[in-house]
Amino acid sequence: MEARSATLGLIPGLSRQFPVAKTIEMFRKTCINHYFELEAARVYDTGIMKIPIYLSEGSEQVPAAISTVSSNFLIFAQHRCHSYYLSFGGDMRKLIDELLHRETGCARGMGGSASIHDPSIGMYGHSGLMGDQVPLAVGAALGSARPVLAVMGDASAEEDYVFGAIAYAATKKLPVLIVCEDNDLSILTHVATRRSWGIDEVARSLNLPSIDIADDPWLIAHYVGSFLGKLPALINIRTCRHRWHAGTGKDGEPEWNRLELMKEELRNLGLESEAGEIETQARQTVHRIWQEQLQKPFKR
Amino acid sequence: MARTVAETIQAITRRHLSENRGLLFGQCVSAVGWIGGTVPEMTEEQGIVELSMADVAGAGIAVGAALVGRRPIYVIRYQGFMWYNAAPLLNYAAKSKEIWGVPCPLLVRSLALEGGIGPVASASHHGMVTRMPGMSVIAPMTPGEWTQAWEWFMSHDDPLYVSEHRRSFSIDYEMESVLNPRADITLLAIGASRLNALEAMKLLAAERITCDLIHLLWLKPFEVTDRILESLQKTGLGLVIDSDFEIAGTSRSIAYELMHAASVPVYALGLEDRTAGFAPHLDNPTPPPAKIVRQVKTLITSELKKVP
Repeated sequence: MEARSATLGLIPGLSRQFPVAKTIEMFRKTCINHYFELEAARVYDTGIMKIPIYLSEGSEQVPAAISTVSSNFLIFAQHRCHSYYLSFGGDMRKLIDELLHRETGCARGMGGSASIHDPSIGMYGHSGLMGDQVPLAVGAALGSARPVLAVMGDASAEEDYVFGAIAYAATKKLPVLIVCEDNDLSILTHVATRRSWGIDEVARSLNLPSIDIADDPWLIAHYVGSFLGKLPALINIRTCRHRWHAGTGKDGEPEWNRLELMKEELRNLGLESEAGEIETQARQTVHRIWQEQLQKPFKR
Repeated sequence: MARTVAETIQAITRRHLSENRGLLFGQCVSAVGWIGGTVPEMTEEQGIVELSMADVAGAGIAVGAALVGRRPIYVIRYQGFMWYNAAPLLNYAAKSKEIWGVPCPLLVRSLALEGGIGPVASASHHGMVTRMPGMSVIAPMTPGEWTQAWEWFMSHDDPLYVSEHRRSFSIDYEMESVLNPRADITLLAIGASRLNALEAMKLLAAERITCDLIHLLWLKPFEVTDRILESLQKTGLGLVIDSDFEIAGTSRSIAYELMHAASVPVYALGLEDRTAGFAPHLDNPTPPPAKIVRQVKTLITSELKKVP
């Protein structure tokens, strides 16, 4: 396995080859995701949500990048997937309502933070068994012949049935893109303590196109685009989890802050003022929607 | 000539794959006998999906196909393999509609068999399914009953667990409940135990003990019918017999329900609380006729029977 770093697999100059409109779209989605999670954390800390919460702060740009390349996936994710829901067009108000235990939530309060879904965007809920979304995704690809996105974490990659599912997708050449958000942590246990292999290596051994990269959104978009015609494929993406596994706490600064690195890259691209406007607008929009939803009665 | 259960399943499956874009998933489907002659000899292109030997992943793949509307049939060759397969079936397919409002209609054909096949492959295991929410359970033993299961599946958008028994595959007749005006006890039998109960009734009749026998088809939802209540109130004593384990199992659960509904004692008789071995003397089969006879005689001579 390669060592973790913010530059793993980076391709110099990639952001300049990317259409500016796509870059803007990707950044807008990232900001929406980011400020949604900040608002969620703020509200959570008031104590009104009586559920565990899984925040994606630190990896908001991953689904933003994937969805900017293609929004035509059926989506099977797991916990820590608020940003997938939002990036692929899920209704933010329904997600807020879900976190506030409401009947009007995207899963009528049954899903909480961990098991969100939206049939209108082809996103299926997660049962709570880590990694079981991967075989489901493979079956959905087999049954529908549509491209399917399966998202898991580095811990889920170790579930035995994940290997069986990836291997079956390889055997039957099913159109599944498997994304592993590798934040190096299963709660607080590091990958190196748990295994000596990379899931990208496993995928390659099954003759799947596969890559192990940092969480740079242009890099992610590049590989999603190049793998789309070669599915099944797998991308292991090294991310930083800014908060605890569950809850809003922090154990210090993350190894790197991709949002800040992204803004730096936008400055290099001459998009600083657009980026500033987008970020401000995203922050205000998300805050306003949260406030509107909070005004409605909720079950304590 | 009447169709057997195996022929009925095969014909229905062929039609489902040919006409409904249905799929059938399983391991070693095309192995010797095509699963007791229950699977039509069709190709993968026609809808027979040979899975790898990864049981948990395989069940998940079938569930994924159900989510996208292919109404798959998922075959588990030995019910004991449900201990692998339960995760996606009971934790996803069974819950999907309740949690997300997203139907996940798949039909699980889970095959029980018995007789010198050891600790995993023997016995029925529908009890692990009935205790979890979201999955209806049926245990058909006749062609008509299997057809009823199928028709229910195709007219609902829920998953269905079909607890099959290989002893049913050659059956080409229907089984009616047996009701006697002067019955001493009501037997309520599930799955393969229905065949043993019929044998036991003959042995008991020779000793002037008369039984009512009511075949239990739907295990969940379980309906306490007027026929069951009338019989129990007539005999004042019931015995639920099952080919699954007795302790914390379906037989005891149903006995409990019936006891409360009928206000008469209802007992349970299922597999013993021990692991089956391969050697014949270490087997743990569906209660054989002689054991049912012993149990009935013990019960009707005990003080516990409620005099009607």
